[in-house]
Amino acid sequence: MTFLSYLVSGLSLGSIYAIIALGYTMVYGIAKMLNFAHGDVIMIGGYMSFVATAHMGWPPLASVLLAMLVCTVLGVLIEQLAYKPLRTAPSLAVLITAIGVSYFLQNAALLIWSSNPKSFTSVVLLPSLKLFDGQLTISSVALVTILACVAIIIGLTFIISKTKIGKAMRAVSEDKEAAQLMGINVNQTISVTFAIGSALAAIAGVLLCSAYPILSPTTGAMPGIKAFTAAVFGGIGSIPGAFWGGLLLGLIEIFGKAYISTQLSDAIVFSILILVLLVRPTGLMGRKISEKV
Amino acid sequence: MKMTKPGQKRLISNAITYAIVIVAYVLIQILDGSGNLTSSLRGQLVPICAYIVMAVSLNLTVGVLGELSLGHAGFMSLGAFSGVIVSLGLRDTVSAGPLRLLAALLVGAVIAGLFGFIVGVPALRLRGDYLAIVTLAFGEIIKNVINTLYVGIGPDGLRISMSDQASLGLGESGTVIMRGPMGAVGVDKLASFGAGVILVLITLAIVLNLVHSRSGRAIMAVRDNRIAAESVGISITRYKLTAFIISAALAGAAGALYALNYSTVVARKFDFNTSILVLVFVVLGGIGNIRGSIIAAAVLTVLPELLRAFNDYRMLAYAVILILVMLTSNNDRLKQLRWRIRSYFQHSSRRQEAEHE
Amino acid sequence: MNNPAKMVPVPSRAIIPERDLGVTPILEVSHLGINFGGLNAVEDFNIIVGRTEIAGLIGPNGAGKTTVFNLLTKVYQPTRGAILLDGKDTAGMSTMQINQAGIARTFQNIRLFQALSVEDNVKIGLHNQFKYSTLSGILRLPRYWDAERKAREQALELLSIFNMERMASYKAGSLPYGAQRRLEIVRALATRPSLLLLDEPAAGMNPSETEALMANIIKIRDMFQIAIMLIEHDMRLVMGICEGIAVLNYGKIIAKGTPEEIQANPAVIEAYLGQKKEA
Repeated sequence: MTFLSYLVSGLSLGSIYAIIALGYTMVYGIAKMLNFAHGDVIMIGGYMSFVATAHMGWPPLASVLLAMLVCTVLGVLIEQLAYKPLRTAPSLAVLITAIGVSYFLQNAALLIWSSNPKSFTSVVLLPSLKLFDGQLTISSVALVTILACVAIIIGLTFIISKTKIGKAMRAVSEDKEAAQLMGINVNQTISVTFAIGSALAAIAGVLLCSAYPILSPTTGAMPGIKAFTAAVFGGIGSIPGAFWGGLLLGLIEIFGKAYISTQLSDAIVFSILILVLLVRPTGLMGRKISEKV
Repeated sequence: MKMTKPGQKRLISNAITYAIVIVAYVLIQILDGSGNLTSSLRGQLVPICAYIVMAVSLNLTVGVLGELSLGHAGFMSLGAFSGVIVSLGLRDTVSAGPLRLLAALLVGAVIAGLFGFIVGVPALRLRGDYLAIVTLAFGEIIKNVINTLYVGIGPDGLRISMSDQASLGLGESGTVIMRGPMGAVGVDKLASFGAGVILVLITLAIVLNLVHSRSGRAIMAVRDNRIAAESVGISITRYKLTAFIISAALAGAAGALYALNYSTVVARKFDFNTSILVLVFVVLGGIGNIRGSIIAAAVLTVLPELLRAFNDYRMLAYAVILILVMLTSNNDRLKQLRWRIRSYFQHSSRRQEAEHE
Repeated sequence: MNNPAKMVPVPSRAIIPERDLGVTPILEVSHLGINFGGLNAVEDFNIIVGRTEIAGLIGPNGAGKTTVFNLLTKVYQPTRGAILLDGKDTAGMSTMQINQAGIARTFQNIRLFQALSVEDNVKIGLHNQFKYSTLSGILRLPRYWDAERKAREQALELLSIFNMERMASYKAGSLPYGAQRRLEIVRALATRPSLLLLDEPAAGMNPSETEALMANIIKIRDMFQIAIMLIEHDMRLVMGICEGIAVLNYGKIIAKGTPEEIQANPAVIEAYLGQKKEA
């Protein structure tokens, strides 16, 4: 029974990582940049939902929508102001800018909400699920998280494979110049990608804070790094890769904590990441890239 | 006669770099002597030296080798804690502080270099972002593992445990050096500004001499064009590793220097944010520009102190400055302008050369 | 010796200059091939290059000429066949080892060390000629000064082949196109090859530059007594200086011979020259 409950919490944590990793991987696939500020967009999402419910008395679902809206606008704004001028700059310059944005968001949050952690009230108000005569308790947050993740991945796969904007995204990620020549609005496609990624970040932020109800300006940092490694783990740029990478990372973390060592769980996660990359240098589902001579 | 020109130019440029460090040292000594140095700034002197060494050594990986590392603080951490252990371990046998400091710096460098090798052999097969993520992961692993370490010195030598202090079984006579998440406590403050400046100068000598040598050229060849480097008979792995190990070892020495400036040291100090901070020094100072790294590390370590008046907003301002610097330094129009100015001067100097002949 | 490829007699119609006949050819390639994802990019490629021969490899775009160079230098590991360099099998060698064994090359899309000076580019080519350890370099031991002085002298001497000594301090990336191509040749020569592969050395050069290049290629061969194999589209250059020519089309050799024979070969005219005339 304990194994099952670990499995559920692993899947739930993994789902959160997966949702965040999707944002990383989409942006990487299309803009070829590591958006380091992505983790902090999660934190902003968490605060938005917190402000709406705790200060304004909004219902939970409305607070989630507000968080999504604010994060979407924020994501697009960041892209327009900070990343767009650097389209042709070396990738390291873009990375440093993203780090700057990350610092900015963290310190802005620090100014607005102070460094005191806020205790977040879960947005999922359903009672937890009791199975096997109460031997196994599954929290409703965990369940909602897993379902949300599955829904998101299905929705995203649909958008990418069936819609016009999805086609544009695939084209831009293949070859920016060629896409432009075929009449695709590259800038708009990139903006849409940031918008989707940031909206997902908001959802991840709310779910994260519902499961681990402490909110501070650095809340997004560690999950951000972990989700980023999850994206690399699965093969950055690949959407199924982000999904499986996130799930696996969550499972490894929870099982590592449960059966090996609580303190060393991060070390275990990152060691496995290194091992995977050594065996498959472009991640589990990454494409092999070869240089033309 | 004209043939010696590029060599001379380089010599002068390097001399300026060394001179900047020495002049800064002398100036600060004068300020300190006349009582014009605030105590908070005085406390920053050793950390500044450590961060300069960090930045210069990271520039070797990022600028000279051309590989992005996001875990440089991991090597600093290894150097810091092995340095602390050595300095405390030698407390009874070696009485001279500077000798213990030297031993700590050397051991810190060797241990970090060794880990540089261990991480480098597999990691350097990867490219670009994947290499970066492995270094990030490595830094996190180091932090995590050191956080769980209990180390003590008993009568029969070093004892290490990963569970708790009691399991060290030291008894009365032993000293505990590291207490898991509490870090190393009771560290002797052996580091001094003078020692820090010497370490900076040694680091400069190592990196600058390396860059202008056969191995340095091979490293830059690998950076500029891997396939061409191989095609002229250069071993990619060997030179990537050389650069990476030297970079790691110098970071280890920096860590030892840094740690021996405080009475307590925790692993959290050397986390991802520290790696990023040092990377920011390197990028703002100019990738591959050693002198720039020194200046950026010094200025940006002091800057938050100077901005103390705007306490609440200083980190926000720091972030904004960082973004603005990146945006302006990579702006195509500004770049064109700079290029035009530079090419104008180059042409005019070439013209003068031609007239000389 | 148990390499099956070696058992098969190398196709006979090898054309080696008479002066090279008595000695082991510098390059003997038999049944060389590679496929990329099922497609045979190069198939059953056979060639013999004499010790001081200037050989040409021509063919329409996409025929697989550069792939042959990449196979010879092990940028790609061949799927089939054997490459003997100076009579020794090169199976399993890496690009680096191939260079140390005696093949140097230039690239179709110039691959210089852009950010470094012209002199440093050549010195990197001299990497395995004047050796000293990393530590000697850092500590500036006498070996460092000695080797650096020699490397510098040698670099300037090599640059003087193309009258480029004056450009020694310029950044490689800032050189005009033609000079970059010449610098690549100098860098390759610095590794003291016994076989020099030139991938479109005249591309982007004007007629007078090409003229000078032709003279220089012959000069290099005479000076260093090495074999040179070149890929080139400029027929004046190929027909002017190559002693033996192989024509590649769709990854296969369709003709081999002297310039006169190639010019008269109907298959070549159809596959290559004919196509050119239409264009």
